[in-house]
Amino acid sequence: MTARIGVVTFPGTLDDRDTQRAVRVAGAEAVPLWHRDKDLKQVDAVVLPGGFSYGDYLRAGAISRFSPVMETIIAQAKAGMPVLGICNGFQVLTETHLLPGAMLRNNHLHFICRDQRLRVETTATAWTADYTAGQEISIPLKNIDGRYVADERVLDELEAEGRVAFRYLDVNPNGSLRDIAGISNAAGNVVGLMPHPEHAVESLTGTGRTDGLGFFTSILTNLVQKGAAA
Amino acid sequence: MARVVVDVMLKPEILDPQGQAVQRALPRLGFDGIADVRQGKRFELEVDGPVDEAALARIHEMAETFLANTVIEDFVVRVDEESAAGKAGAK
Repeated sequence: MTARIGVVTFPGTLDDRDTQRAVRVAGAEAVPLWHRDKDLKQVDAVVLPGGFSYGDYLRAGAISRFSPVMETIIAQAKAGMPVLGICNGFQVLTETHLLPGAMLRNNHLHFICRDQRLRVETTATAWTADYTAGQEISIPLKNIDGRYVADERVLDELEAEGRVAFRYLDVNPNGSLRDIAGISNAAGNVVGLMPHPEHAVESLTGTGRTDGLGFFTSILTNLVQKGAAA
Repeated sequence: MARVVVDVMLKPEILDPQGQAVQRALPRLGFDGIADVRQGKRFELEVDGPVDEAALARIHEMAETFLANTVIEDFVVRVDEESAAGKAGAK
């Protein structure tokens, strides 16, 4: 059976359609989820896409964190369901405390939009299994609240446990501490990153590369293996 | 109706580029002698009913869970005495 990947739309979400498309390009079924739905429609995994949920009015991701769909997602994520947060989705994941730290205004205060090189630091997550450790990829980045911060103790813990999933290469675009572009939770099922893999899944658009596709095929690999083990 | 003010500030150790941008602009505008600027948020809450201990406890909880992100921000909750005094009569 085809894997069902939920893609959440909050008021102000922009990248839900691209994310649904990326899910389909990878070979899974994309299931749209509305922020007011408590029911996750029996999806196998969830992506929180990019955009400006609730206009980022209080803090990026702060208001959507309390939506009905997030209540269910938080509970399911704690139970092991794979969740990927991209950009605004990453901000939502830090606000929920599913991932540690917080996202702040870029250190130079500019909105930034560029092709960003990253290093995949770990394949031990639900969303990075199809990459190789140390692999360098290039995917688009576009944000103004992309500066990842956490206190020293948390940063050391993330490094020690191999939970820094992605690091910026060439340039740190926003002042993120220790060049962190993305992290995972301890179990590896919850991953957040600022750059946008869903915009780099077809050679015709975006960077012209398909470096982002690995996120969406990884989750399929992961689900198939889990299914085979069960 | 009384007003309760919640001030939210980035923790001292967190870089505040917005405050820095304001501080850098000051000399250019002829305002000298400001060594540092940090920018925060102020919420003014108009409260129905009395601002008693229970109401303040609720607002404290609201600030902690929602208005501030305590990973990066500190907050202070206080009753706006002026609104309280104005309410009591005078004028």
